[in-house]
Amino acid sequence: MTTSVLFDAQGPRAKRRNVLYTVIFLAALAAVLWWVYTALDEKHQLDWVKWEPFFTSSQPWETYLWPGLQNTLKAAFFALLIALPLGALFGIGRLSEHRSVRTPSGIVVEFFRAIPVLILMITANAAYSEFTDIASDVRPLYAVVTGLVLYNASVLAEIVRAGILSLPQGQTDAAKAIGMRKGQTMRYVLLPQSVTAMLPAIVSQIVVIVKDTALGGAVLTFPELLASVRPMSANYGANTIACFTVIALIFIAVNFALTSFASWLEKRLRRAKKSTGTVVGAGPDGGLKTIGTPPLVIEDGHGS
Amino acid sequence: MFDFLEGYDLLGAFWVTVKLTVYSALGSLIWGTLLAGMRVGPVPLMRGFGTAYVNIVRNIPLTVIIVFASLGLFQTLQVTLGGGDNFEVINFRLAVLALALYTAAFVCEALRSGINTVPAGQAEAARALGLSFTQVLRLIILPQAFRSVVNPLANVLIALTKNTTVAAAIGVVEAAYLMKDMIEAEAQLILISAIFAFGFICLTLPTGLLLGWLSKKVAVKR
Repeated sequence: MTTSVLFDAQGPRAKRRNVLYTVIFLAALAAVLWWVYTALDEKHQLDWVKWEPFFTSSQPWETYLWPGLQNTLKAAFFALLIALPLGALFGIGRLSEHRSVRTPSGIVVEFFRAIPVLILMITANAAYSEFTDIASDVRPLYAVVTGLVLYNASVLAEIVRAGILSLPQGQTDAAKAIGMRKGQTMRYVLLPQSVTAMLPAIVSQIVVIVKDTALGGAVLTFPELLASVRPMSANYGANTIACFTVIALIFIAVNFALTSFASWLEKRLRRAKKSTGTVVGAGPDGGLKTIGTPPLVIEDGHGS
Repeated sequence: MFDFLEGYDLLGAFWVTVKLTVYSALGSLIWGTLLAGMRVGPVPLMRGFGTAYVNIVRNIPLTVIIVFASLGLFQTLQVTLGGGDNFEVINFRLAVLALALYTAAFVCEALRSGINTVPAGQAEAARALGLSFTQVLRLIILPQAFRSVVNPLANVLIALTKNTTVAAAIGVVEAAYLMKDMIEAEAQLILISAIFAFGFICLTLPTGLLLGWLSKKVAVKR
């Protein structure tokens, strides 16, 4: 039996009441589902013809879904590959002892975190077409990756900063005591330890990157997963609902795998003896908070 | 230098952004609170529903939800949300609906972490007084939880402000939509981008500062 501090262990009356609530909630849920069902049925969205292409033939998968997913993952991969070192650079920069390094890094990070990714993508797209000769068929990919890099590098910078700050001061003191220089302290002592604390937050940020690639499909002409809905539903007799269901399920599967991996990693690392036991976890709002010693909460938004 | 701005309703576009933000913030606050209530409540079915909702919605891109609202709800199922024949009104309302449903998942999780910050003794004392679950939640837990999650909720609000730009994907004439329009028509890329970046900083920075100040002021000292 589940017990919570918020309600008492249930006696016979409370149990009866809970059954009543369950029935009422079920009825409400059923009413909503029935309304959805009839609405779908009226517009013939539930006809087998509209769903059948996804089950009986490999054509929609080969022509639309698989290439779309590949593009989604490709953009996310490149974005992460570039944003990670850039973020580490700016994150360490913000911790520098020199104001001339600290202040510019801070301004850059805060600036790109305050601006919507879509605005960055649109700007990048226009800038590439005006100032460079990148071919127009790969331009959307460049624009999407640029937008994602600018935003996520600044978020990753905050993750790196929180990770390093989560280490006990004694680590730096000990490194100094044995005569390490600042760069050595960072490279040999602080970074390797904080990486374990940062990993779960970084994995959660990958989910944000994967989700944000869909912006490129909706606003720029980047042929990713979401963009495959229109041609697909045009090709298979206006099966809009079926197409959306399938791509939503693919996104959920990819991201759920990533979030499960993140929480597994977080549990594992918190138990691990090698790390300090501190973990920069994904906060409830997709933001960040340090779990364990110092109760440091650093703010951040979640992607779209 | 700024002559080209004359043909465009810059303030109007940002006003739409603000309206989108405020309406969806209210919607997501209400729905998110209900979801959080379900997730900590004694009825297993509601708990399951809350958990499933949050986990599903958080893993779907907002863009997919908003585009679905337009292509799926409106064009396929003819859901107009009382907007009549006015496409502008319909798209605006669909965008608000999508943003609120999406953001509610994050509001719910923020609130749930706030509920965890309330000492267990408070709930135990309330139960000892004979309060029911709804009373415990409404009178003792939620008021304290809300005060301790002003900061996380502020981050959700800032993210929501930035996320309203996604409504451009279904033709709601807010800031990002106007920006795309202007970039296509005018040869002033850097200036236009700077204006819109500045506009968003003007929206998000004061929100963050104000709510940050408020969170310190209202936080329950323990």
